[in-house]
Amino acid sequence: MQQTTAIGYDSRLETDVVCTRLDTALNWFRQHSLWPMPMGLACCAIELMGTGASRFDISRFGMEVMRFSPRQSDVMIVAGTVTYKMATVVKRLYDQMAEPKWVIAMGACASTGGMYRSYSVLQGVDNIIPVDFYVAGCPPRPEALLDALMKLQKKVLREPLIATLKKPGPALPAGGRGYLKSEIKLKSSQ
Amino acid sequence: MSALDLAKKLRGEFGELLSEPSVFRDEVTLTLADPERIGEVCGLAKKELGFDFLLDITSIDNYGEDPRWTIVYELYGLGHKCHLRLKTGVSEEKSELPTVTGVWRTAEWHEREIYDMMGVRFRGHPDLRRIIMWEGYPYFPLRKDFPLAGKSSEVPGVAFTSPAPIEGGPFVSLPGGKDAIEREPRVRTPEN
Repeated sequence: MQQTTAIGYDSRLETDVVCTRLDTALNWFRQHSLWPMPMGLACCAIELMGTGASRFDISRFGMEVMRFSPRQSDVMIVAGTVTYKMATVVKRLYDQMAEPKWVIAMGACASTGGMYRSYSVLQGVDNIIPVDFYVAGCPPRPEALLDALMKLQKKVLREPLIATLKKPGPALPAGGRGYLKSEIKLKSSQ
Repeated sequence: MSALDLAKKLRGEFGELLSEPSVFRDEVTLTLADPERIGEVCGLAKKELGFDFLLDITSIDNYGEDPRWTIVYELYGLGHKCHLRLKTGVSEEKSELPTVTGVWRTAEWHEREIYDMMGVRFRGHPDLRRIIMWEGYPYFPLRKDFPLAGKSSEVPGVAFTSPAPIEGGPFVSLPGGKDAIEREPRVRTPEN
């Protein structure tokens, strides 16, 4: 038996109806409100500030809301040299960020240690936290950072959001107030 | 009064304890024979000769020589605008000398830095802790026998370190080389 449902809408006020999947709609919201956490550690942070200023204007992409609290941010931009002394702090801030969260390693130092093949510098922030995008440059131009953020938007749009939400398991990786070397080394274990 | 005059005056007070002032590019250096008396010399330089500003204290590792450490004090007078350098050698077995924090308070952090990087201790320092590396880091990274790439270490809950990949380096260039091939950065060890 055929059932018909009348959808009532006023075509004069609402001219178009967009049909989409919930995943896509939610991802679309997320994509345009990526709040960065500026993890400014060295000179790349100056370029990051330039990206936020009027000439390059990061707010064109809905990312101008730089949050200095990890609780309120979505994407951590690691801008600068990560020393071993700072590494545990970066890791803790990353763990304090609420899911979903992404990481951009900005510049040579954050990506690989850069020119600092030295006793004091962590050889790439991907040793301690998972990185989504690496930006080349020393420091990278603001355009390069914006390119990475736009690529991140595309990545966010593709994410299976509902499936991820339904998946059981802890939202956060294990870890207390401090980290042991064995816990912190993601690259070697995965 | 020039820096050389002031240096001679200081030498007049201590005699053979201080070397003859050596001048290089208008900079005057005195070498102190006994590091145990550095506080006394600095105190007099400040009170009597007007060196009221300690610019810096640095340290040199003369690896393979005795004494291994050279501690360098950069003195300046804001009144007479003269600069004086004091050097003193400290042996590796001792690795200790008196502090000058009683003369200039600013020496506190300079001495902490030398302790952190070189492992030379300063007797009588009010708060001799590491200043750049963290408490518990087992090495002194500015020593000549410490590799540039670093060593593994871990202080649970504080920080860890791993050796950096330097692919057989460090690569060193020779500035005085005849041609581009000789000046090229290469692995340079005592053997080659």
